[in-house]
Formats: sequence, structure tokens, C-alpha cells
Amino acid sequence: MRLSGRNLKCVRGGREVFSGLDLSATSGEALAITGPNGAGKTSLLRVLAGLLVPAEGVVALEGGDAELSLPEQAHYLGHRDALKPALSVAENLSFWREFLGGETKDAGRCLAAVALDHAAHLPAAYLSAGQRRRLSIARLLSVRRPVWLLDEPTSALDAAGQALFVDLMRDHLAGGGLIVAATHLPLGIDARDLRMGGAA
Amino acid sequence: MSALGALIRRDIRIALRVGGGALIGVLFFLTVTVLMPFAVGPDLALLSRLGPAILWLGALLASLLTLDRLFTADHDDGSLDLIVMSRTPLELACAAKALAHWIAAGLPLIIATPVLGLLLNLDGTATLAVAATLLAGTPALTFTGMIGAALAVTLHRGGLLLAVLVLPLSIPVLIFGVAASQAAISGPLPFGTPFSILCALSLASLVIGPFAAAASLRHGLD
Repeated sequence: MRLSGRNLKCVRGGREVFSGLDLSATSGEALAITGPNGAGKTSLLRVLAGLLVPAEGVVALEGGDAELSLPEQAHYLGHRDALKPALSVAENLSFWREFLGGETKDAGRCLAAVALDHAAHLPAAYLSAGQRRRLSIARLLSVRRPVWLLDEPTSALDAAGQALFVDLMRDHLAGGGLIVAATHLPLGIDARDLRMGGAA
Repeated sequence: MSALGALIRRDIRIALRVGGGALIGVLFFLTVTVLMPFAVGPDLALLSRLGPAILWLGALLASLLTLDRLFTADHDDGSLDLIVMSRTPLELACAAKALAHWIAAGLPLIIATPVLGLLLNLDGTATLAVAATLLAGTPALTFTGMIGAALAVTLHRGGLLLAVLVLPLSIPVLIFGVAASQAAISGPLPFGTPFSILCALSLASLVIGPFAAAASLRHGLD
């Protein structure tokens, strides 16, 4: 499987964020997008996720399921963690598991994998920032998607959480997955670097 | 289909929890109808003549009140991004959300109608007629209101815009809803004529609403 973007250009609010950008990643490979604040890392991820339309250029996924588009085969982990404070941890996770569909894993096991199983019945409103992030990561595990698009995935995670997430990313890559992550911190796995912006 | 079922169940569950929209709508409906007899005065004949219109206005305003959270809540916490990316067509997801909203916020209004009818000196037939028109007409309010909710999603303070956008669309529903209720109470029109038009409005909005809302959500992504 190969994810590629050619000559991508993104314009937001009349301002050009980036242009002439090429990228590619193959199965089992991680791509780390780095750059200063405002360089367009999040915009690039949203273009890949189909949530922003690029002003120029094309994004393509070769070798995936021909019936499905790239966003339908991708997980997007953004700044906002898509959790409902009124629902419990287990309810939040099982909703996304049912709604996203496809190949799923047992929700209890996914919560255990991110060390949140003790809080399964707690309303999500009472979670700390790090715990919310762990719950979002459990969503990535509960439904199988070959492409992971991660925006600052390790922010708010403690050292144990980061180590745990590194293992999960390694497993995903070993299983033929593909990761594109925007990050300031080292990811902790072997990743190709895509530097954006520079002195912008 | 299980994806849509999950979405409907989640939205109903959130609406019924503390701070959800279901109770707010009913309480608002109750407030408007309870205050009206005090404002109009103790003229029973006048009250029963105004009754259907008051109930309809209360239901319309109550459904407007909770409608602006339909998409903004999901937009603010990022859920909307995942819904747009998912394998479920966005049109169906919009329809499922509107259906959940109607079940959680619209049905309680209809259930409350017989109780509130007593306050407005409506007899059994009249209350039944108003409840029937509300049952047929409130889906139209939800599904046309959804278009406004989708347009307002990317704007801050979009609630104000929502009211302006949705009001013109809900005028026909209001006219035929009240006309059908009046026809059942005092005639001279047969009940069936305005009631059929009301049902037609609901059916048309059931089809148009999800497509228009999905299109505006796609366009408004940022």
C-alpha cells in the first residue's frame, strides 16, 4: 500500500499555507511531519483525511481497498478528541466502534491496552487530558484502519503513556499499517522526516 | 445500518442525560402554554379558539430552541470530522441525527399536548386533532431546521442565524398545522385537506433536508 500526494497546495482564509508539496509513504512506514507552528502540519493532515480540499494537487492511496476512498480507510486523531462528556468511557468507545464499522476488536481489550479499563464506567467529563487522549487512542485500536493520521499524538500523555503508544504504533506498522504524524516531539519510532515551512 | 442505529442511540442517550436537550424543549413548551392563559385572561371561548395556534407556536419555538445544538456540538468536539470521514454516507448520517433529535425533542412535545390542552380549554377532539397535526408536522420542522443548523455550524454564534434561516421555512408548516387543527374543531373545511398538505410538507422535507444539510456540511468543512 502506498499513500502519495503530489504538488499539494493548500489555501486557507485567502492565505497560502503550503504549495508544491510532495509526499509518499508505503506500508510499514511512518512519516513524521515537523515544522514550526503555523507551517501547515494540521492542514496537511486534514487534506490527507479529506476534510480540506487542496487548491491544487492530488492525494492517492494505491493498493488499498478499491471500493473505499482514502478517508474511509484512515483514522484521524486530531486536537479535538471527539468524546461526549455525558457518556461514559465505555459508551464513547463502543459508539465509535459501531459507527466506524469494518473489522473491529473487543472494546474491553482496547481499553485495557491503553490502561483505561478501570475507568470504563466513568463519564468522560471526569477524564484528565491525558486520559482523554488514551481513550482516543483506544478508538484507533478498536476499529482496524490501515492508515493512521495523527496530529500531535503524544501531547498530554505521560511517560508511561508515550511508551505504550510507541509500542502500539510499532504493532500497527508491523501489521502492514501506515502512519503520518504531525509532531514536535520525537515519535520514538523509526520515521522518515518531512520538514515543512522552514523560515515561514 | 448498525452504524446509523449507533448514531441514533448515542444522540438520544445524550439528549436524555442531565443537561441534554430533551427536557429543555418540553419545559419551554410548558412555560409558553402555561403563561398564555394568564396573558390572554379568563375568557374561555377566546382561549379555546386560540388554543391550537398557541400549542403550535409553543412547539415550533421549543423545537427551534434545541435545534442549534444538532451539529455544533459534534463540530466543536471533533466528532463531525469522523462522521464525515466514515463509510456511512453523510446524507444518511444527517437523517439519523435529525430522527434522533425528533424522537428526543419532538415526541415529548406531542405527549405533553393532551395535558397542556386542558389549560387552554380544549376538549378531547380538539386536543386529539392538535396532537395529530403535531405528530405529522413536527418532523418537517426538524428536517427543515436541520438545513439551518448545518449552515450555522461553521459560524460562531450561529444560533441567531439559525432562527432567521429556519423561520421562513417553517411558516407553511405552521399555517397548515393550525388550519388542520381549526378545521377539526370548528370547520368549515374538512380536516383531511390541510392535513394532507401538512403530511406532504413533512415527506418532502424528509427527502430534501438530509441532502441539503450534507451538502452544506461538506462545503463548510475547514
